[in-house]
Amino acid sequence: MRGERVKFIIAVIKPFKLDEVREALGSIGVAGMTVTEVKGFGRQKGQTEIYRGAEYSTNMLPKVKLEIATSDDLAPQVVETIQQTASTEAIGDGKIFVFDLASATRIRTGETGDTAL
Amino acid sequence: MLRTLSRASAAGLALLTPAAAFAQEAAEAAAPVANPGNNAWMMTATVLVMLMILPGLALFYGGLTRSKNMLSTMTQIGATAALAMLVWVMWGYSLAFGDTVYEGTLGLFVSGGSYFLSGMDASSTAATFTDEVISKYVFVSFQMTFAAITAGLILGATAERMKFNAVMLFVPIWLTIVYFPIAHMVWAGGGLLFEDGALDFAGGTVVHINAGVSGLVLAYLLGKRRGYPAEPMMPHSMTLTMVGTGLLWVGWFGFNAGSALEADGSAGLAMINTFVATAAGALTWMVIERLAGHKGSALGFCSGVIAGLVAVTPAAGNSGPFGAILLGIVAAAVCYFFVAKVKAKFGYDDSLDAFGVHGVGGIVGAIGTAVVYQPFLGGPGDGSTALAVQLGIQVKSVLITIGWAGIGTLIAGYAVKALIGLRVDEETEVNGLDIGEHGERAYN
Repeated sequence: MRGERVKFIIAVIKPFKLDEVREALGSIGVAGMTVTEVKGFGRQKGQTEIYRGAEYSTNMLPKVKLEIATSDDLAPQVVETIQQTASTEAIGDGKIFVFDLASATRIRTGETGDTAL
Repeated sequence: MLRTLSRASAAGLALLTPAAAFAQEAAEAAAPVANPGNNAWMMTATVLVMLMILPGLALFYGGLTRSKNMLSTMTQIGATAALAMLVWVMWGYSLAFGDTVYEGTLGLFVSGGSYFLSGMDASSTAATFTDEVISKYVFVSFQMTFAAITAGLILGATAERMKFNAVMLFVPIWLTIVYFPIAHMVWAGGGLLFEDGALDFAGGTVVHINAGVSGLVLAYLLGKRRGYPAEPMMPHSMTLTMVGTGLLWVGWFGFNAGSALEADGSAGLAMINTFVATAAGALTWMVIERLAGHKGSALGFCSGVIAGLVAVTPAAGNSGPFGAILLGIVAAAVCYFFVAKVKAKFGYDDSLDAFGVHGVGGIVGAIGTAVVYQPFLGGPGDGSTALAVQLGIQVKSVLITIGWAGIGTLIAGYAVKALIGLRVDEETEVNGLDIGEHGERAYN
C-alpha cells in the first residue's frame, strides 16, 4: 500500500533548461508535470531592449514554471534533480518551492494519494 | 522628373474641319502608339507600388505598433489608399497633370481640364522622356499609386491615436491642397520646380519630404500618445515589420525604376541603385548601432533599408551605383542620429518615425542628388550645371516642399480638428483603436 502523503513542487527555471529538466525528471520516475510560461523577477532584475535608440528596461523576465505532484519519498530526489539540471551557476537560474499537498485525486478513476499521480 | 503629356488626339480634334480632312487622316495615321514592352513594364511597376502600400507599408507600420492598434494602423493605410485612388481620378490627376496648362502663376502650381479623366480613352497616350509613349491610363494609374502611398506614409507619425473618420476627412483635403500642387510643381511641365531644373527622379520631395513633414505637423497637432515617452511602447511584431520591409524593398523597384516611364537603360540604372543604396543603408545602420555600444538589431536593419530606399528615390536615375551607395550610407547615418538622438530632445511624438526616416532621409536624398548626379562620381549628369548651382536648386526645392507641406497640413489638420476632432477618446486609446474604432482585435 503506497502512502497518502504527497508533496507539491513548484520550480521556476530558465526556459532553455526545460527539456533537460524534463528528461532528467522522467528518468527518476516523475510521471507528469504542468508547465507554464511565466514572467517575474528576482536578483537578476530585468533586461534592456533598444528600439531605434529608445531604451526600454523590462523589469520582468520570461521563465518557465513547473508544477509537479510527487510522493513524499521521491520529493527530495526531484528537488535535487531539478537543482542540478537547471543550474547554470549564474543569477536568474530560478527557485524550487516544496509544499505539503492536502490531497490528490485522479479524475478518471477517483483514486487518491500517490496512486493518483 | 516626369513630363506632362502630349496628346495626339488633341491635335486630331483641332483639325476636325472638312477642309483639313486629309490632314486629319494623316495625323491619325501618325498618332503614336504605346510600345507593348514599355506598357507591360509600367503596368508591372504600378502594381509593384500597390504592393508597397498593401501589404508592405501596412505590415511595416503595423508591426511597429502595439498589438491593440495593429488593425487600426493597417486599416487606416488601406482605406487611405482606396480614398486617394478615387480622389485621384476625380480631380487629383487633373490638378497635377491635367491637359489644360494654365498661363502665368497658377500654372506653376496646378493644371486642369482632365477632371473625371475627361477626354481620355484606351488609345490616349502619355509622353515619356524619349520619343516613346505609354498608354495614358497606365500613366494615370502609376501616378495614382504615388498619391496613395504618400498619404499612407503620413499615418506612421499619427499612429495609435488618430480617429479613423478624421483620417478619412484629412486625406482628401491634404491631397488637394498639398500633394497635387507639389506633384505638379515638381513633375509637370510648367511646374515651378520642374522649370527650375530640380532633380527628383521618383519622388524624394513629392513623396518622402512631403509625407515626413506633413506627418510631423499632424503629430504635433494630435499631441503625444498617452504615456509617451514614459511607458514602454515596444513594436509588437518585428517579424511582420521585417516582412513589410521586404515587400517595400521589392515594390520600390516599381516606384524607382518605373519612374523612368519606360523599360530602358535609365530604368535599369534606377534598379541597380535601388539595390545597392538600400544594401548600404541597411548595413550602415547596424554598424552604427554597434559603434554606439548596442547590438545590431532587426529594426536597425529595417530602418536602414527604408532610409536607403528613401534617399535613393530622387537619385534613382540620377546617380551612378557608387554614388547611390554613398547616399545610402549617409542617409542611414543621418536618420539614425535623428531618431535615436535628436528626436528624444524634442517633445513631439512621431510614433513610427515617418519624419525621422522619410522626412530626414528625403532631405538627405534630395540634396545629395545634386552631388551624386555629377559625372565625377559616376553620375549621369554632363557637368553642364555646376555642383553649387544644382545644390542651390535642390535646397530650394526642399525648402519649398517643407514650407508647402507644413502650412498645408496645418490648414488641413486644423480644419479636421474644428469639424470633427482629430483624436480618439481616452478609453479608446487605452483599450486600443482596434476594438474602439473597428470593433475587432488583430489576435484572438
